[in-house]
Amino acid sequence: MTVVHSAPKYASNEGVIDALAGSLSVWLEGSTEQHGEIILTAKREEIATVLRSLKDDHDYQQLMEIAGADYPDRAERFEVVYMLLSLTKNHRVMVKCSIDADTPVPTVTTLWPNAGWLEREVFDLYGVVFEGNQDLRRILTDYGFEGHPFRKDFPMTGYTELRYSEEEKRVVSEPVELPQDMRTFDFLSPWEGGEYVLPGDEKAEEPAPAGEEAKDEAPKDGVVFEIDEEEDDK
Amino acid sequence: MSVQIEESPTNDGDVIQNYTLNFGPQHPAAHGVLRMVMELDGEVVERVDPHVGLLHRGTEKLIEQKTYLQALPYFDRLDYCSPLCQEHSYVLAIEKLLNIEVPERAQYLRVLFAELTRICNHMLNIGAHVMDVGAMTPNLWVFELREDCLNFFERASGARMHSAWFRPGGVHQDVPEKLLVDIGDWLDNRFFQLFDDAMSLVMDNRIFKQRNVDIAIVGRDDAIAWGFSGPMIRAAGIPWDLRKSQPYDVYDRMEFDIPVGTNSDCYDRFMVRVAEVRESAKIIKQCIRDMPQGPIASTDGKVSPPKRGEMKQSMESLIHHFKLYTEGFHVPAGEVYVATESPKGEFGVYLVSDGTNKPYRCKIRPTAFSHLQAMEMMTKGHMLADATAILGAIDVVFGECDR
Repeated sequence: MTVVHSAPKYASNEGVIDALAGSLSVWLEGSTEQHGEIILTAKREEIATVLRSLKDDHDYQQLMEIAGADYPDRAERFEVVYMLLSLTKNHRVMVKCSIDADTPVPTVTTLWPNAGWLEREVFDLYGVVFEGNQDLRRILTDYGFEGHPFRKDFPMTGYTELRYSEEEKRVVSEPVELPQDMRTFDFLSPWEGGEYVLPGDEKAEEPAPAGEEAKDEAPKDGVVFEIDEEEDDK
Repeated sequence: MSVQIEESPTNDGDVIQNYTLNFGPQHPAAHGVLRMVMELDGEVVERVDPHVGLLHRGTEKLIEQKTYLQALPYFDRLDYCSPLCQEHSYVLAIEKLLNIEVPERAQYLRVLFAELTRICNHMLNIGAHVMDVGAMTPNLWVFELREDCLNFFERASGARMHSAWFRPGGVHQDVPEKLLVDIGDWLDNRFFQLFDDAMSLVMDNRIFKQRNVDIAIVGRDDAIAWGFSGPMIRAAGIPWDLRKSQPYDVYDRMEFDIPVGTNSDCYDRFMVRVAEVRESAKIIKQCIRDMPQGPIASTDGKVSPPKRGEMKQSMESLIHHFKLYTEGFHVPAGEVYVATESPKGEFGVYLVSDGTNKPYRCKIRPTAFSHLQAMEMMTKGHMLADATAILGAIDVVFGECDR
C-alpha cells in the first residue's frame, strides 16, 4: 500500500521486524506490521525481559507511554501496550501483552523510572496489577474511588455522584440519579449493524439473528453490571 | 496550605521535625489543580509526592462514545493553552489509519497554525514562569501577544480557544487572504518589538537568574530515562525535535533550527522556549511565503464534508453530508500511535479502531505526565520556593495531564 498520509515519518520499518523477531523470538508470541506500525506481542511473564532487551540491545531508550485496553470478548481481556522510542535510530515500536483481570504483569519500573505512574494509571483505570511496582496507588480517579472506570463494562455515567450537602456540611457521595436517561445514538446504518427492536417485535417468533448483529453487542450505556468484588486498592 | 508535624527520629536529644506540607491543590503557582504533598526539612524539600487527577474528566472514555469527528473537540480541551497542536496528533492518527492524502494547502495551514499555537502557548508559559518567580510586567506584555494569537485563531475558526479547526483530511475552512497578510505584518511589525522588550527585562535580570540558574539540573541520561520530551529534553542538550526527526505535514520543507540548552536547568528550559518562539516565527513566515492555492480538505467525499454550494446541486453531496454528520466515517481496523511535537513535548495519540465509526480506544499521551513524575527527582534538595520555578519550567497544564 502506498503511503499518502502525512503522519510523522520516522526511520524505515524495513528489516526491523525480522531483526527484532529473530533475536527476541523465544519470548514473543507474534509480531506484525500494520498501518506502518511495528507491534510485537510478548508472552506476559516475559514482557520485562523483552523490554529490557529492546532497551539494552536494540537502543529503544525511551518508554513514551503505557496504554491499557479492554477487549471483553477475549479470554485474556486486557492488553497492555508499551510504546518505545529510539532516539538514536529514530524509530518507534509497540510491544504488547494480554492478561486477564487476576494475573499480574511484571513491572518495568526497574527499567524506566517513569513507568511508575504509567503503570499506576493502567491499574487505576483497568485494574491490571503490576507485580513489583512498589507504589501501585490510584492516580487519576478520586480518593476512595471504587471500580476501574475504563473497563468496557463500566457504565459511562458511573455508579456514584458527588454533591455538597448543606446539612452535613461536607461532600457526600450518592448513587447516580439521572433526571434524563443517558442518550446514546447508534448511527450505524441498519444494514451494517445495530439492533433495532421495535415494540411488538418480541411477538414475532425467534427473529433470526444475523451474524453481524451478534458481533455488534458492545456494552451499551445504562446497562448495570456488577462491580468486581475483588477490587484491591493498595 | 495546611501544616502538620510528624514525629522524626531524635538527634542529640533534639527532636528534628520535618514538615509535611500540602502545596495546592488551589495554589496560583501550581498552574492548575496540582496537589503536592511535600516533606520539608526546614525550607529544604526532602520528598515530593504529586497527586494528580483532580481534573480527570474521563476524556478517553467519552471519546469511545463519540464518532471520530465528534471526538475532535475534546482535544482542544486537554491542553487548553495549545489546542490546535493536540488536534494535530489526533487528525494525523485518523489519517494514518485511513491513509488519505491531505491537500498541500491544508498541510501548510496546519503547520502555520500549529506554530502560531506554539507561540501562543509559549507566551503563556514564559509569562507565567516569570511571574512565578516574581516579575509582573513581562507577563502583562506577552499576554498582549497571546491575545493577538487568539484573535488570529478566531478569525480562522470562529473560536478563540477551542477552535476544532483541524479536521481529518484537512482543515475546516479556508482562511481569508487578509488573515495571512495580517499574521505576516504582525510578525514583522509588532510581535518582536513587544517580545524582545519583555524578554530584555528578564533574560539578564539578576533576580530572575538567581531563581532559575542551576535549579533542577537533569542530566542527559536522566532526561532520557524519565521520558522527557520537548523543551525539557532539548534543555538537557539533546537536539530532539519531532518536527525535525519525524516530520509530519510539511515540516520537512521548513527551515528552522533546534535550540538546545547546555546546563539543563530551569533557566535553560526558559531560554529554549524563548528561542523556539523565534524559530516558530521563521516557520510561519515560510508557510505564508510558500503556501499554494487549492483545496483545504481531502477530496474524498467519504471523509470530508462537501461544500454548501455543492449540496444544493448534487444529490450525492447531500447524502455524503447527511451520512458524515450522523453516522460519521468508518475507519479501517487497526491501531496506530502517532506523536507530534506539541509546544510542551511529545503529545501522542494511541488510536485503536475496530472498523466502526467510533474509536474503540483512544489513549492520549500527555506531555506533562512524565515531566511531573520527575518532580521529586528534580525538587529534592532544593528550597520550597524553587518548586514554583521548577513547575513553571515544566510547563504543566492539568487539562492535559489529568485528561
